[in-house]
Amino acid sequence: MNKTSLAESLPPVFQEKSKVEPTKTIIQLDDVNINYGSFTAVKHASMEIYEHKVTAFIGPSGCGKSTVLRSINRMNDLIRGATLDGRVLFNGEDLYAKDVDPVLIRRRIGMVFQKPNPFPKSIYENIAWGARVNGYRGDYDELVETSLRSAALWDEVKDKLKQNALRLSGGQQQRLCIARTIAVQPEVILMDEPASALDPIATSRIEELILELKKDYTIVIVTHNMGQASRVSDYTAFFMVDQNRTGYLQEYEETEQLFLNPIHKKTEEYISGKFG
Amino acid sequence: MQNSVSFGSEENLLSMMERRRKAGVVWQAVFLFSTSLAILFLILLLFSVIDSTFGFAAIRYEKKPSELMVGKSQLSDFSRQELEETAKTHLSSGILRRVEYEKPIADRTDKDLIGILEQYVLQPSVLRTWGLWASLTKQGEINEYLFDQGDAVLTFKSWLTIDFLFADQSANPLYAGIRTAMLGSLWIILITFLFAFPIGVGSAIYLEEYAKPTRLTRLLQLNIFNLSAVPSIIYGLLGLAVFVRAMETFTSGSLFSGVADTTANGRTILSGGLTLGLLVLPIIIINTQEALKAVPDSLRMSSYGIGATKWQTIWGQVLPVSIDRILTGTILALSRALGETAPLVVIGASTFISVDPSGIFSKFTTLPIQIYQWSARPQGAYRNVAGAAIIALLILLMALNSSAIILRDKLSKKKRMEA
Ligand SMILES: Nc1ncnc2c1ncn2[C@@H]1O[C@H](COP(=O)(O)OP(=O)(O)OP(=O)(O)O)[C@@H](O)[C@H]1O
Ligand SMILES: [Mg+2]
Repeated sequence: MNKTSLAESLPPVFQEKSKVEPTKTIIQLDDVNINYGSFTAVKHASMEIYEHKVTAFIGPSGCGKSTVLRSINRMNDLIRGATLDGRVLFNGEDLYAKDVDPVLIRRRIGMVFQKPNPFPKSIYENIAWGARVNGYRGDYDELVETSLRSAALWDEVKDKLKQNALRLSGGQQQRLCIARTIAVQPEVILMDEPASALDPIATSRIEELILELKKDYTIVIVTHNMGQASRVSDYTAFFMVDQNRTGYLQEYEETEQLFLNPIHKKTEEYISGKFG
Repeated sequence: MQNSVSFGSEENLLSMMERRRKAGVVWQAVFLFSTSLAILFLILLLFSVIDSTFGFAAIRYEKKPSELMVGKSQLSDFSRQELEETAKTHLSSGILRRVEYEKPIADRTDKDLIGILEQYVLQPSVLRTWGLWASLTKQGEINEYLFDQGDAVLTFKSWLTIDFLFADQSANPLYAGIRTAMLGSLWIILITFLFAFPIGVGSAIYLEEYAKPTRLTRLLQLNIFNLSAVPSIIYGLLGLAVFVRAMETFTSGSLFSGVADTTANGRTILSGGLTLGLLVLPIIIINTQEALKAVPDSLRMSSYGIGATKWQTIWGQVLPVSIDRILTGTILALSRALGETAPLVVIGASTFISVDPSGIFSKFTTLPIQIYQWSARPQGAYRNVAGAAIIALLILLMALNSSAIILRDKLSKKKRMEA
């Protein structure tokens, strides 16, 4: 798709949207620097993420979007050599404080990955397993149904819950991954390019789903698709890289603001497709 | 055009093509040759085993049935009463006592009695045996031999029989069997499995999932690789020093009260199983590590992503998808242990025992040791017995290997379908 024409087509989308109602801050990055060994991947990132809003991370490849996203639920802990300084606050608590268990954090801040990666188990087990390991004691059948309904997948799979999840289509698999994240009842869902491996129809279903889910969850989504960012997000963070390949947060605004009146020239060039 | 210049003229291209094609043909021929050679040797091996397992045997009996009962040329012509009578009069008192002790003569079947009378009264002994090939081709020579011997009887024998599998050792090759050795092998393998599987899989999980890649773990890894290449006899020496000698009170069972059979002095099934366990441990570790490496990281990430702990991730996600490869590799490692001879000889496996192992503190012999020992005997007939035992061992190994393959297919099919 031609990106210049896309930028021109943006205004009508925004005309339908009302001004974003402010809500409380759920996550706050406070001068976050992230290193992989001696390489600084992201520096001086500070931002607030608001409850029940969709926040999009955009920016050129390698600018550290995924890195920042993973720092929010401490998935970076699993990468050898990754270190973070600065503070990441979740409901006012420092996620990187000594006594915080990353396992508990990841239940409350779930993650959906770029490549659909359901467990090689039945559809039912995909949902139930996460609940079970987190000590869920309710009705599993009900949990599976409500989770699949929330992920708009129930009608397609209700007759084959025992079937292996790997036999679903890519788009269905990704919605299953969202359902299994929902099943452990998180407050925040992080999505790293959740639709980039999907065809346009599956992509638009994911986008509809995101708009639906933000009623109950706070969503942070990384995307390379400007149209997607403008369609689903309330706020957009634009990341850039400096000459050392270190990423930084260039601009963070309400999405409409950022797309229509970017403050920085780089931002404007990026969203109009001049580089990236 | 630029291209055609740098690739040479049309003619050059054609002649070069000819050379390239020829090189391919030559290599293909080399590969074909080596494959055929391998198959040829395999066939030779099979042939030599089969050759010694079937064939004619010249047998001489000490007594003829007619000498026992006038007018009867075969034991099977005897009446029940005649059989019992002959047993009581002709068996030596020692043997009679043993036979009566195991089961009173009156309670034994006719077939049973005939077998006993044949073995202890008629007393067949093998004069000479011929392989299958010789039996089929050297009829003249065989007849000549029989003629020279006078009273020898020629029978075509399959040395591998059901009785052979269930009989114990014997000084007479006609009555020797592999039950004791087979039970020894199975016991040993059981101990090997119980020892090496949990420890091997556990170490592999630690190395693959937990250990940080420090210099120490790299050193450890290197050592495991080297250990898997150490000749098995060295494991035998290790087992002798550690299990048989140093840990004797434990491996002989004398540590545990109530164990009567402590005559083995640490040369027990337990020591043998632990020694072979050490031998296959590095193989199981390496194989399990490979199986764990094959599990994509994305699976682990998605598990962590919903709040699973490390152990929940390993137990609930990683092991279920790798268990088929882990088990297959373990079975193959065990089948290697099943065929091992040298380390068991070093730790002092018995070569001649006719008492079945009754537990982990018993003396033992195993199939390969039995085969080795039989083939070293001077009497030719033992070579036929060894051949039969080899076939039994090969069948056992093949059963193990195919169960590994079946298991793998079953599990991976289940994983794929999970209907
Ligand atoms: N596991 C890792 N180890 C070392 N360096 C890494 C690792 N992951 C990412 N990096 C580096 O950190 C920088 C930021 O990477 P990151 O994946 O966060 O970028 P991104 O914005 O998500 O890019 P993309 O849009 O291509 O997904 C890059 O320079 C990358 O090479
Ligand atoms: Mg990324």
